[in-house]
Amino acid sequence: MVTKLQFGIFSVGDVTPDPTNGRTPTEHERIKAMVTIALKAEEVGLDVFATGEHHNPPFVPSSPTTMLGYIAARTERIVLSTATTLITTNDPVKIAEDFAMLQHLADGRVDLMMGRGNTGPVYPWFGQDIRQGIPLAIENYALLHKLWREDVVDWQGRFRTPLQGFTSTPRPLDGVPPFVWHGSIRSAEIAEQAAYYGDGFFANNIFWPKEHFMRLIGLYRQRYAHYGHGTPEQAIVGLGGQVFMRKNSQDAVREFRPYFDNAPVYGHGPSLEDFMAETPLTVGSPQQVIDRTLEFREYFGDYQRQLFLMDHAGLPLKTVLEQLDILGEEVVPVLREEFAKNRPETVPDAPTHASLLAAKERSAGVGA
Amino acid sequence: MKLVVVTAGLTQPSSSRLLADRLAEAVARRLEETPGTSPEVRVIELRELAVDVANNFVTGFPNARLREALDAVTEADGLIAVTPIFSGSYSGLYKSFFDVIDNTALTGTPVLIGATGGTARHSLALEHAVRPLFTYLRAVVAPTAVYAASEDWGGGHGAFTDGLGERIDRAAEELAGLMAHRAPRREPEEDAVVPFEEQLAALRPPQ
Repeated sequence: MVTKLQFGIFSVGDVTPDPTNGRTPTEHERIKAMVTIALKAEEVGLDVFATGEHHNPPFVPSSPTTMLGYIAARTERIVLSTATTLITTNDPVKIAEDFAMLQHLADGRVDLMMGRGNTGPVYPWFGQDIRQGIPLAIENYALLHKLWREDVVDWQGRFRTPLQGFTSTPRPLDGVPPFVWHGSIRSAEIAEQAAYYGDGFFANNIFWPKEHFMRLIGLYRQRYAHYGHGTPEQAIVGLGGQVFMRKNSQDAVREFRPYFDNAPVYGHGPSLEDFMAETPLTVGSPQQVIDRTLEFREYFGDYQRQLFLMDHAGLPLKTVLEQLDILGEEVVPVLREEFAKNRPETVPDAPTHASLLAAKERSAGVGA
Repeated sequence: MKLVVVTAGLTQPSSSRLLADRLAEAVARRLEETPGTSPEVRVIELRELAVDVANNFVTGFPNARLREALDAVTEADGLIAVTPIFSGSYSGLYKSFFDVIDNTALTGTPVLIGATGGTARHSLALEHAVRPLFTYLRAVVAPTAVYAASEDWGGGHGAFTDGLGERIDRAAEELAGLMAHRAPRREPEEDAVVPFEEQLAALRPPQ
């Protein structure tokens, strides 16, 4: 199936007490729950599962390719991704190796999203300086990009030991590197980086007002065209979303409120109602979620990937699985249909291994 | 010219607001006397934004109402910022408001600082706490800072010292002068971006 706009979920992997009963899952329970959620995402027909990467409590996913490899073995169709892979503090050589290996094991169902990370101490823990965050993101990605495209690499930079005659193995599946998204909340430099390479740009818009992201995505689209990858409308855009649904919107609000009020990121601050007005958070009926998500296209243009945050703030696994049922059965099918309407033919579909391979073969055919 | 007044008084009416109004009136009068600098005064009572400021700390972004106030301060041609002195320094609300504003928002902005308190013994808090705050923000702070103790509201000038009225006039003169002679502001380029080749080139190791 060709998927114009991919729908999926992204998990932070936080271990948070359930505020309604005070129970905190163990790390083991949380890790297994993430896997169960990923399998459920495939079962209900979603296209993407993405995990975060963290190196401090209360988060469990420190080793994304291990988790995604395990999920790959137990799924058939879903694309496995990250949100985000820390391009600043991971060795780009290890990212190249780990994700190429995962790409082979998953038969190409892999892409990844680069991020800088926002936890200050992670930089010194991994021997880096947070003040070099942007330069690290730029240099490390330049090396990663090269390692996946050139068989033998000679390289010297500022942050890593030089390489002479190095070959990153395994080589990417079919000679097609995993597609890369660049995630950003605020940096124009990262939008510029994504545009330069013709990579995807994922604006994690869930915690901030839309005006900010309209500027950032607008900049990315304009620079994507500047670098000759296509028109601004053809740039590859991903967006976040955050929803909680019940048949009756009042039930959704009543059930979600204690999780909202105590959530690690925004809890103990504005009211649920105020936060819904200021950010894309939607707590209500499936129809409200549909209506709100369809608005994204009006603000940001036709786009390629929509990821929802579903399993955070201490929500019990059972509830998250119910939410995924609603998302997969009642929301996403309608969104697929509605987003397909009036979508210009010139707007590209979400990139996949198959589409990138086909593009590669086409250009080889033209060159021959 | 846009003259924005920020006051962190908590009671209504507050002596901080009273001082802020006196300062604003004195500055506005001087601006009116100078051709081409007719003042447009906007007063922001931080009391009304207290919860919004706290929410900004928790969520990481200002809501629409706070954003509007922050924008007004950012676009000001001159700022009057008055705080009550609490526990030997500016009030927490006053500091919080200037904590959530962008750290380049006040670069080059002429600022007149004022404070109120129960006793004149706290007056140097303006010099030791409030002035360094605006220095950090790269504002241009008028040399005269105006402190009004309770007794100042009932006192004139003494044989050897200026009264509140004279201090207000001197400070207003300074702020109006700074506003009139402010270097033309550089409009921030919307989403100015360094081309990627330049970002990459900056990282190349020395040959």
